[in-house]
Amino acid sequence: MSKELEPLADPGLPEHIHRKADIDPIAAKRAERQVAILFSLSAVGTLLFIYSFFFIKVDQFIFLPILGNTNAHQLGIGLGMAAGLFFIGIGAVHWAKTLMPDQEVIAQRHEFKSEPEDRDAFVKAAKDGAEAAGLGRRPLIKRTLIGAAALAGLPGVLMLRDTGPLPGKELEKTNWKSGTRLVTDPGDRPIKASDLEVGAVAQVLPELLPGQKRTLEDIGKDAVLLIRLRPAEFQLDEERLSWTHEGIIAFSKICSHMGCAVALYEQTTKHLLCPCHQSTFDVTRAAKVIFGPAARPLPQLAITVDGEGNLIAKQPFTEAVGPSFWERSS
Amino acid sequence: MSARERVAGTVANYVDERTGAAAWMKKNLQKVFPDHWSFMLGEIALYSFVILLLSGTFLTFWFDPSMRTVVYEGSYQPLKEVEMSAAYASTLHISFDVRGGLLMRQIHHWAALIFMAAIVVHLLRVFFTGAFRKPREFNWILGIGLLTLGIVEGFLGYSLPDDLLSGTGLRIAQAIIQALPVVGTYLSFFAFGGAFPGEAFIPRIYTVHILLLPGIFLALITVHLMLVWYQKHTQYPGPGRTEKNVVGYPLMPVYMAKAGGFFFIVFGVTAFLGAVASINPIWLYGPYTPGQISAGSQPDWYMGWLDGLVRMAPPIETHAFGHTISWNILIPGLIIPGILFTGMALYPFIESWITGDKKEHHLLDRPRNVPNRTALGVMALTFTLIALINGGNDIIATHFSLTINQIMWFSRIGIIVLPPLAFVITKRICLSLQRADRELVLHGKETGRLVMLPHGEFIEIHEELTPEKRYTLTQHEQPKAIELVTEDAGGVLNPKGIRAKLQARFSAANAENIAKPTAAEVKELEGGHH
Repeated sequence: MSKELEPLADPGLPEHIHRKADIDPIAAKRAERQVAILFSLSAVGTLLFIYSFFFIKVDQFIFLPILGNTNAHQLGIGLGMAAGLFFIGIGAVHWAKTLMPDQEVIAQRHEFKSEPEDRDAFVKAAKDGAEAAGLGRRPLIKRTLIGAAALAGLPGVLMLRDTGPLPGKELEKTNWKSGTRLVTDPGDRPIKASDLEVGAVAQVLPELLPGQKRTLEDIGKDAVLLIRLRPAEFQLDEERLSWTHEGIIAFSKICSHMGCAVALYEQTTKHLLCPCHQSTFDVTRAAKVIFGPAARPLPQLAITVDGEGNLIAKQPFTEAVGPSFWERSS
Repeated sequence: MSARERVAGTVANYVDERTGAAAWMKKNLQKVFPDHWSFMLGEIALYSFVILLLSGTFLTFWFDPSMRTVVYEGSYQPLKEVEMSAAYASTLHISFDVRGGLLMRQIHHWAALIFMAAIVVHLLRVFFTGAFRKPREFNWILGIGLLTLGIVEGFLGYSLPDDLLSGTGLRIAQAIIQALPVVGTYLSFFAFGGAFPGEAFIPRIYTVHILLLPGIFLALITVHLMLVWYQKHTQYPGPGRTEKNVVGYPLMPVYMAKAGGFFFIVFGVTAFLGAVASINPIWLYGPYTPGQISAGSQPDWYMGWLDGLVRMAPPIETHAFGHTISWNILIPGLIIPGILFTGMALYPFIESWITGDKKEHHLLDRPRNVPNRTALGVMALTFTLIALINGGNDIIATHFSLTINQIMWFSRIGIIVLPPLAFVITKRICLSLQRADRELVLHGKETGRLVMLPHGEFIEIHEELTPEKRYTLTQHEQPKAIELVTEDAGGVLNPKGIRAKLQARFSAANAENIAKPTAAEVKELEGGHH
């Protein structure tokens, strides 16, 4: 049986076949010339770079097939640099392949394992060392050292404390208060119900009080999307319906999944779509999630109008806007 | 002796007297490296890293990693007078007002994409050929570390310009941090210096991107290469190549020229891409603001599979005891990638446990000869590929007139059904290829020449393989299944009962192979006419 399983014998390294350049001096000379030409092409590339860098204007555009309207300066220095590098490489490889020795060489490997004596000696040295230090015999030292070393790592972590403030209730608050006027973004103009036609969408922010400045953090939690439908199209409960005004409904624009701006509104289906992960919200049903990874509807902002007919917030958001977090209670 | 030789001798002598390096140099200049195109994949990654260091340093001369608001006054007209962060404004400045700035930005970005692609393809080569086996397990783990760091480094890099697209990416990263149970909100506030986006994050990741991570990269790459050097490169099997030798060309001069030349080729190709292929045109995206977004937002490709997993996650959150756990973020964003990467890092040890193989391996496997490993690799690839496809679901939907819902449901079902299917199919293909190899060794190549024998029978002439080729196709060892020992001779139950059973089962599956032709079989055929 064992004889039958014997594998085929190794015929050994095949005989070396000489290349043309190895035996024919003319071929060798030709190869030499080819390498020299390649290196020269590299030099031409670098010259193209230098010329383009100094003599083509930065705003010079040319029309090329495939590439279209292209900045000539960028193209000139880029192609010049590319050629300058590429042809050095090709030349060197061609040189190696045609003119440098191509006879395969055999080197021997050695097992990585040390000699048993060496390994035993090493293990013994390590053991003896530990023994000499007396770690095994003096557990008190060992335990206090481990404890101290673990503690010594703490300052490194603790010092990161001042990288930021504690979150507190920050994630649950926005700048929307009862009576805050809705203003357009961009433009900061108050907005009336009549400004929005049925089917229209607008992005709004809370109005700034005099002297106030709006930061990106504010926009990141305050951005609200207004959508106007025909009131009959809503399928809302009494309370949510009372949060709308003449068919205008307001949702937080910050996705309840991962915080992207929910910017795509599809008029025919009345769906809001987040371009990041395609969570889809049904506007007629208080932004209920109908598709995608979001687990919660977009928070709805209760709106009404003030005496001048401008849209205002009836009350703050009743829940935190944006993505979920551990402390979030609903 | 020519003057040049004298100078070389003097220099060598000068250095050697001070370092004693001559003996080491003598040995290592003649170090032998085996030759194969697939060994260049890791080289591409290495060279891209060098290109990244060079082009990145250039960019730091003008990039201002600050989120303070400035009004743009540069030469790009559409954004004139627009308020934006200094980071974004300085990226515009590099792109439009620094000669060669745009070229370097594009080279840097292309090099990053090539770097990651080369790492992944190199990893696949190492996996499918079994190059990770003893004694190279450490290097495999280092490689997984480099891959992981590469993903992080790339993400941080394209986040720096603070444009609308990258800001959206940061928002998603922040949501993942925020979703961590118990500590998430705190970690997010510490990382961003308060509420998102704040003004702290870009300066912070800048330090990480240009100092901390490149430093770690440099250290890990150095160790990675030193191990390759010290352990000597693996080689593909063939006549004259054994576990005990390494057959190839000497470092000096062949590899100096080939590898050195190859660096210039990689740099040249990257520069060409930077010259003609626009990438990350941040001026088209506009500055970041949390209230806006552009449709078709896509991360760079090496993040795409993660994004695809997040997109296909079912909408599940747990609300209990006043707390929220977002499974729809944690599972695709952390748990699945965690399992994948841990599994990948541990794979050499898992395989060695299954096969019971503790020997050193320097000859590479042909993937077909290890059907289980190959099938497992294709299975993991299928998983990642479906995730990646789903990461581009919006783009696919618009290009192929499909709905997002169709693609999403295909992915949701496909990611569960297709990987096991890929496993089974791959394994069958491997076994078929083994059968084809066996056929080839025993009966030779079909020549297409038909011959009519005197008695009227038609036969096709088969051309016998050369002994070299035959050896290459049969040199591999075929694993045997580990026998299950449930109880020893005395009737005592094996204490490792379940583990032993598992091991026996896996190793039986692993040992499923088509028996390779033996010397006796070949001889028998040679004796008889065929």
